[in-house]
Amino acid sequence: MINDKHSQKIVDYIQNWSRKHSIWVLAYGTGCGAIEIPPTMTSRYDAERLGVRGAATPRQADVLLITGYLTVKTLKRVIRVYEQMQDPKYVIGFGSCTINGGMYYDSYNTINVLDKYLPVDVYINGCMPRPEAVLSGFAQLQKRIAEGRADGAAQYKENLEWYRANQKRIIPNWVMPEYNW
Amino acid sequence: MEEVLYNILGAVVTFIVAFVVGMTYGGLTRKITARVQNRKGPPFYQNFIDAFKLASKKTAIHHGVMHLMGPAFLMVSSVMTLLVVPVLSGNNWFPNLNFHGDLIFLLYIMTFGPLGMALGAGQTGNPNSAIGVTRGLSQMVGFEIPWVMALVALMIQYKTTSITGLMDAQAQTGTWLMFSSPFAFIAAVMAMFGMFRYSPFDIVGAPTELASGPVSENGGKFLFVMMSSGSVFTFAKLTLYIDLFMGGASNLVILLIKTFALYMIPVLYGITSPRYRTEQAVRWFWGWPTFFGLLAIIQAVILK
Repeated sequence: MINDKHSQKIVDYIQNWSRKHSIWVLAYGTGCGAIEIPPTMTSRYDAERLGVRGAATPRQADVLLITGYLTVKTLKRVIRVYEQMQDPKYVIGFGSCTINGGMYYDSYNTINVLDKYLPVDVYINGCMPRPEAVLSGFAQLQKRIAEGRADGAAQYKENLEWYRANQKRIIPNWVMPEYNW
Repeated sequence: MEEVLYNILGAVVTFIVAFVVGMTYGGLTRKITARVQNRKGPPFYQNFIDAFKLASKKTAIHHGVMHLMGPAFLMVSSVMTLLVVPVLSGNNWFPNLNFHGDLIFLLYIMTFGPLGMALGAGQTGNPNSAIGVTRGLSQMVGFEIPWVMALVALMIQYKTTSITGLMDAQAQTGTWLMFSSPFAFIAAVMAMFGMFRYSPFDIVGAPTELASGPVSENGGKFLFVMMSSGSVFTFAKLTLYIDLFMGGASNLVILLIKTFALYMIPVLYGITSPRYRTEQAVRWFWGWPTFFGLLAIIQAVILK
């Protein structure tokens, strides 16, 4: 924005502060973990007091919340959704299934490690994680944003070929558009 | 020449006041909604944080020229409405750019922004946007009729088409127009439910159903422009209502009290109501509000 190291530092600080306190979440709710999102958002746990609120479409969202297991079929859609989001964007892997496959570790059509296909910033483990754990995950993400370490999107751009190779290995018919950043 | 410079400076001041007040009202609305639902809710300045974040997001969306111009149309319409409406009576910081016939001008310019937005949303090609636009235009056909009837009743009764003329009429008689022509006030307030698009009439955005409707393809800076234009437009509409029906305001504190009291009518009604379908909404507006509008016109013709 400004070609000066010190003023850039201040601008970054303010921008990260505002990003930290205004997290718009796109909950990709195909897995069973999606059932934990309504209690997190509504009266009992009230995530809105932390600035966390739902976004309707990928264009408006900051965080892609992947709730639970991903089949090969939904992985393709998740990649489309992730690439439609605008920078800066973050991914939260929610539940054991996104970490190591969880109880579907030997299934023939689910992926085991989400980090191979999308850059995950924060994992929330548990099967399934309760709303307290979800809020703690959001707090962890806020901390990382404030420190400027939530740079999954930058890593995705840098290592795009590696991610693409992994994605193409698992998705049989690849009809996605090719991007050149 | 000096007068022009003062007007420009005053316009900037008006815009900043409208932006800050509108954003704060939006934040207070979120807080009040949360308290009604027994939540703690975000801080009242949450909307400013959201706006700053949206403005600092990168934007790599391009659907065509009209899509880029849609938010600009909204902003232009909001600012023009704001500048024509007299904010405070007899204050130099808020220039009075109105003229004879500005009520008729307002009727046009207030629909100009949503129409431009509709064109922009149409170019994105998103089906949710298209459905949202058709719903929004249907709703506009619904609430414009009682709103125009209320304004026409005022114009007939006081034989003037300028807002300052109506404010002078209230200052001379000493009674607010909401008491001297109550039917017009009722019709206009009922039309206001449609204008603000709070809950029974939030069929355009329709959370969880249409994925935010016309704005579904817009993120980051687009949303920032829409959000700020919405805040400015909210302030302008509330001030217009205050000027027309509640005698205007002589200082900022009275203005804030009156506008906030008026703003709470659609907000509180909205928190406790579920959403109407499109045809239900249009039928609602063509029922009692239009009836009160007719009564207002009859009263105006008789009392003329």
